Amino acid sequence: MLSRTAENLFWLARYVERAEYIARTIDATLRVTALPAAYIGKTNEWESALLTAGVSQSFYETYDEANEHNVVEYLSFNPANPSSIKNCVEQARLNSRSVRTALTSEMWDTINGAWIELQEVWTKGTTSREQLARFLRFVQETSLRFDGSAYRTMLRNDAYWFSRLGLHLERADNTARILDVKYHVLLPEEEHVGGPLDFYQWSSILRSVSALTAYHWVYRETLKPWLIADLLILNDTLPRSLASCYGNLVRNLDQIGVAYGRQGPAQRHARGIRNRLEHSHMDDIFQRGVHEFIQEFIADNARLGEIIAKQYLI
Amino acid sequence: MAVAFDEMNGPGGDIRAAYSELSRWLKETPPDALQYRRQEAELLFRRIGITFAVYGDSEAQERLIPFDVIPRILSAREWTILEKGLKQRVRALNMFLSDIYHNRDILRAGIIPDDLIFQNPVFRPEMNGQDVPHDVYVHIAGIDIVRVDAEDFIVLEDNARTPSGVSYMLENREIMMRLFPDLFARHRIAPVERYPDELLAALRSVAPRSASAEPTVALMTPGVYNSAYYEHSFLADKLGIELVEGRDLIVKNDEVFMRTTEGLKRVDVIYRRVDDDFLDPLTFRPDSVLGVPGLMSAYAAGNITLANAVGTGIADDKAIYSYMPDVVKFYLAEEPILKNVPTWRCREPKDLAYVLDNLDDLVVKEVHGSGGYGMLIGPAATKATIEAFRDKLKREPEGFIAQPTLALSTCPTCTESGLAPRHVDLRPFVLTGRDRTTIVPGGLTRVALKEGSLVVNSSQGGGTKDTWILDE
Repeated sequence: MLSRTAENLFWLARYVERAEYIARTIDATLRVTALPAAYIGKTNEWESALLTAGVSQSFYETYDEANEHNVVEYLSFNPANPSSIKNCVEQARLNSRSVRTALTSEMWDTINGAWIELQEVWTKGTTSREQLARFLRFVQETSLRFDGSAYRTMLRNDAYWFSRLGLHLERADNTARILDVKYHVLLPEEEHVGGPLDFYQWSSILRSVSALTAYHWVYRETLKPWLIADLLILNDTLPRSLASCYGNLVRNLDQIGVAYGRQGPAQRHARGIRNRLEHSHMDDIFQRGVHEFIQEFIADNARLGEIIAKQYLI
Repeated sequence: MAVAFDEMNGPGGDIRAAYSELSRWLKETPPDALQYRRQEAELLFRRIGITFAVYGDSEAQERLIPFDVIPRILSAREWTILEKGLKQRVRALNMFLSDIYHNRDILRAGIIPDDLIFQNPVFRPEMNGQDVPHDVYVHIAGIDIVRVDAEDFIVLEDNARTPSGVSYMLENREIMMRLFPDLFARHRIAPVERYPDELLAALRSVAPRSASAEPTVALMTPGVYNSAYYEHSFLADKLGIELVEGRDLIVKNDEVFMRTTEGLKRVDVIYRRVDDDFLDPLTFRPDSVLGVPGLMSAYAAGNITLANAVGTGIADDKAIYSYMPDVVKFYLAEEPILKNVPTWRCREPKDLAYVLDNLDDLVVKEVHGSGGYGMLIGPAATKATIEAFRDKLKREPEGFIAQPTLALSTCPTCTESGLAPRHVDLRPFVLTGRDRTTIVPGGLTRVALKEGSLVVNSSQGGGTKDTWILDE
């Protein structure tokens, strides 16, 4: 297929995934900030929302204070924020238009339909919490519909695999970013602090990757920070864990390799990261430092994006 | 201006045969139902994303072309005449182009003045003496046809460069079939859905000799911001070919390749929807970022077919148009089946004098204009506009032609105040491959939605209708 088409499919999936992730982040933050201060401590949750979205720096070029109003506006609607939900949706539609021939009508319908639906939100904004919640839910549902229609209607060929690569690369990045911002509340030494304060932090992390219920099914335990870290990093049954994302990335890259009859640096690099995740134990990771581990992962993951681009997309 | 010929309600007020079933159906159908279907159609169009962009209109970057749910109907007999006439016309256009860029018999015979060719900006000296694969220049032609009475079909304009609109012909039919299944059951309508197949076959048949047995065809678009982008992606999809932009292509050793995820892949035929000027920055506009450096040299080497060929603009130029009846006679030794609109060439002093004296009654067009821009419709214009045009005409007479204001035929159309006659034209699409010319029975009917308006261009508030050719 055309390199440009593959690139558009890759980024289309990334933007849709990112829009969903930002919506989840806002959702989880609204929830935790609605609690009385005694339950969440003095941390500014809106500040961490900006950090997990990776846009804290650019935010302060426009705003002075990270409060609900400003952060919601910046993350949802601000055109100056390249990762705002609005920009993600606009970019996703633009990418869809460029590769209409590679999309099924169901996928196009989802993106174009959402884009039409959201025009009103863009012009009027959301004036109440209820409207905001409806908007965030709509964005998440759009992502689910898009993902579902891709899964159910696309031919299983390179177009599908490139779109999946975008999805899993973005997803791995998102999960890693939450861990990067919140790692300090997951450190085992802080176990003794325990108490309600951390409990709500922990459940908020799980909620932002929709893994709160999954946690209980996997561990049949009350919330324990090291288990949360284990779930998000190493447990390959959780679709948003780093291990699961890399299982998928390796599989999709292998499928491309088989179809094209040759492997390359992208396959090798992805397999390297996957193997490291497979052979790691949480104890070792804690020992070596969660923060360092995550930072290294984020850099490695970004590097895979560059390698894929160089090998296939340019 | 005379009362226009209505295609449903004939001159005596009798319903014309082709419309009898439709007319009955319209009487049975409550007006509400039509309005409801109309809204439904609009929703479908928006959902599918059949939009177009209007240049210089930032407010509505993507607009819908209004769709009228009342079909326009032609009888089998009418179509037979039209089809013959169109094939004849396109054959002549192709012979004319081959002649202009080679022997120039028609100039030596004194039928067309030399300077009209050589001083014409759409004439491409790069094409002099260059053979094009299988000697086909215009693979896809869109011939704009109008009627003023029940007898004649008149060519208003030849489009031999990158005619657009065929996606509307196909989508209008799909939507009509979805909205009015019962109405379809009551007619026998020739299908149009073969068009993509016919187009692909035509394109593959003209692959250069150096191509493999399975030539690779690609559709080249200027990109998502082009006004006809929807159509480009639609056709690429229907044809099952790659939709490429200039940056996807690269020329190596006079061969054209596209960049794919598996490396470079040779392209043999490019159905290009990019104007000549933007094809190759090395030959034409150096500032163009849409084109492919070296494309023209691969073309000269005979390794790529461009459809349509480069330089076809000289055949559909409005100044050349007036010579078309003579062109047909010269190459085919036949009487033209389709008429021309009588045309005054303002470059000729006698014609100019007449035009200046009769501006109130005439339509004046720029020789190189298109899309309904820059034209004067005398009977509808204000005094000031006419005077401004008079100055322009005197300053640069060779830039204009003039024609009588035709009472274009009308068809019943849905309006705010119920059914009313509106002026229409018709653009059938004529495909020419290596050995044959084909036309899918139908075309794009454009309708001027404003009462009394004669301008059907979508950029000027025109709409479209499904066009039915009855199969008797």
